[in-house]
Amino acid sequence: MPIVVNGQNYETDEEGYLTNRNDWNEDLAKEMAKVDNCDLSQNHWEVINFLREYYEEYQIAPAVRVLTKAIGKKLGPDKGNSKYLYELFPYGPAKQACKYAGLPKPTGCV
Amino acid sequence: MSETTGGVEMDEEVSGVVKKFLYVNRKAPYGTIYALESLEVVLIAAAFDQDVSLVFLDDGVYQLVKGQHTKPIDVKNFSPTYRALEGYDIEKLYVEKESLEARGLTEADLIVPVTLLSATEMAELMEDQDVVMSF
Repeated sequence: MPIVVNGQNYETDEEGYLTNRNDWNEDLAKEMAKVDNCDLSQNHWEVINFLREYYEEYQIAPAVRVLTKAIGKKLGPDKGNSKYLYELFPYGPAKQACKYAGLPKPTGCV
Repeated sequence: MSETTGGVEMDEEVSGVVKKFLYVNRKAPYGTIYALESLEVVLIAAAFDQDVSLVFLDDGVYQLVKGQHTKPIDVKNFSPTYRALEGYDIEKLYVEKESLEARGLTEADLIVPVTLLSATEMAELMEDQDVVMSF
């Protein structure tokens, strides 16, 4: 099911994950979030950008446990915990944030 | 005390057991799906908090070689993912010394820190495991 942003069509899979990672842009992320009734704040972007950097470096989307730990290391313990991340991304921080970041679903995520 | 059911007690015991899992990687990274499949199994199984070790021998040592350029064969270079293993608490990576030497490689050619083992030491490591999975 394609998603339309600024008159441009983007291919996604049946769960809404972007098919081609290189298609990603910030407006696309905002549009994906809007579909979920989620308004992206600075705190959301912090996680989305972190995930994009993680993927760039390791070529995978991290498991939620690994993401939580890595966020804690980079942004401090008040952000590197499940409560904070689930409040930002109620559908699951790894799953939902990866979608907005244009990444595939984390390996092992069902 | 008098009405204990063996089943319940056993379940509690079993859930806390940590087993030693060894993943043996023997094949070159590309050309077959074994290397990538093994890595994915390792990443998924990391969630179960077991005692995990990875072994690289024969052509499997090529999986860890630096500077893999996969564009000409049009497949994804997944070697950077081995550097993510540390974040998954998988820190026991072993490479067979003989396999490395036979291919003209040294530890400096590898993208992650590893422990070198001789073939004899490798056999001992395998002997010591509860579960060995070979890819």
